[in-house]
Amino acid sequence: MTQPTLEGVDHPAQDQEAQVEHGAHPTEAKYVKVALVLALLTAVEVGLFYTNFSEAATNAALIGLAAIKFVMVVAYFMHLKFDNKLLRRLFITGFVLASFVYVGYLLTLGVFLP
Amino acid sequence: MATKEKSLAHEEPVTPAPEHHHATNTGLSNEKLAMWAFLGSECLLFGALISTYFLYRGRSLSGPTTEDIYDIPYTSVSSFVLLMSSLTMVLALAAIQRGDYRRLRVWLLATALLGASFIAGQVYEFTSFIREGLTIKTNLFGSSFFVLTGFHGVHVTLGIVMLLSLWNLSLRGSLTQERSEVVEIAGLYWHFVDVVWIVIFTVVYLIPT
Repeated sequence: MTQPTLEGVDHPAQDQEAQVEHGAHPTEAKYVKVALVLALLTAVEVGLFYTNFSEAATNAALIGLAAIKFVMVVAYFMHLKFDNKLLRRLFITGFVLASFVYVGYLLTLGVFLP
Repeated sequence: MATKEKSLAHEEPVTPAPEHHHATNTGLSNEKLAMWAFLGSECLLFGALISTYFLYRGRSLSGPTTEDIYDIPYTSVSSFVLLMSSLTMVLALAAIQRGDYRRLRVWLLATALLGASFIAGQVYEFTSFIREGLTIKTNLFGSSFFVLTGFHGVHVTLGIVMLLSLWNLSLRGSLTQERSEVVEIAGLYWHFVDVVWIVIFTVVYLIPT
């Protein structure tokens, strides 16, 4: 029995999508710029830790900054911004599922209640 | 109809570049697809550990707590080191994609060394916590903290093993430009470990109880 392959079989839609969604990666200069922004955001986070703003505002800012750093690493260093849609969906599905499951779990147990 | 076929023949070819085309149903590399699926599942693993930490924080009845033992400046430096290792990792990928094997080895080794520095910092931190009376069995905070950061440390250590294996393969000439995807997949794992630390650093260290 021969192994099925795609050679000689037309899958124009898939091929087109693979090509369209697999764009060029950023340049090295871009990577360095992203790293500098990440370092700066980390410095801001640490600075916020030592400020005397309201706890709720500080926590919201810290979570926001962490979310920006998360997205920057995933989008630029992991190339998810430039890669195939299917890869993006796979990761986002896992991440969203985890977020909903555990936030729901913690809410059920009253963790975020005063 | 014939005119339409002729005009299609003059359009841009729809076949992707050889290094991007894979003879699979999705047109994507199975290995890369598997790594992304694995990373998606890792979100659930670390989500469980972070949730457990949230559930237990501030509920310890005895022993040291976060305010007593955290050294934020020290952990900030560790976080910066791990963040910069993501830069060196992506520079290693860029090097192999353009066939620069010498720089590939330099950046792979730099990434492994930065990762090892992070782990050394974590070992020092764990040791100092234990000296101050916080072990995995002391209280709820100790249990959830050591399990969460310990699991992350194991992931970083596995990443270092991967990087050193790639460095060794490159030294022996087995890691060529055509196999750059191997470095890309190892890089995905490494960046994910970095992304998890971004979350841990914020929710465990910076957000007060």
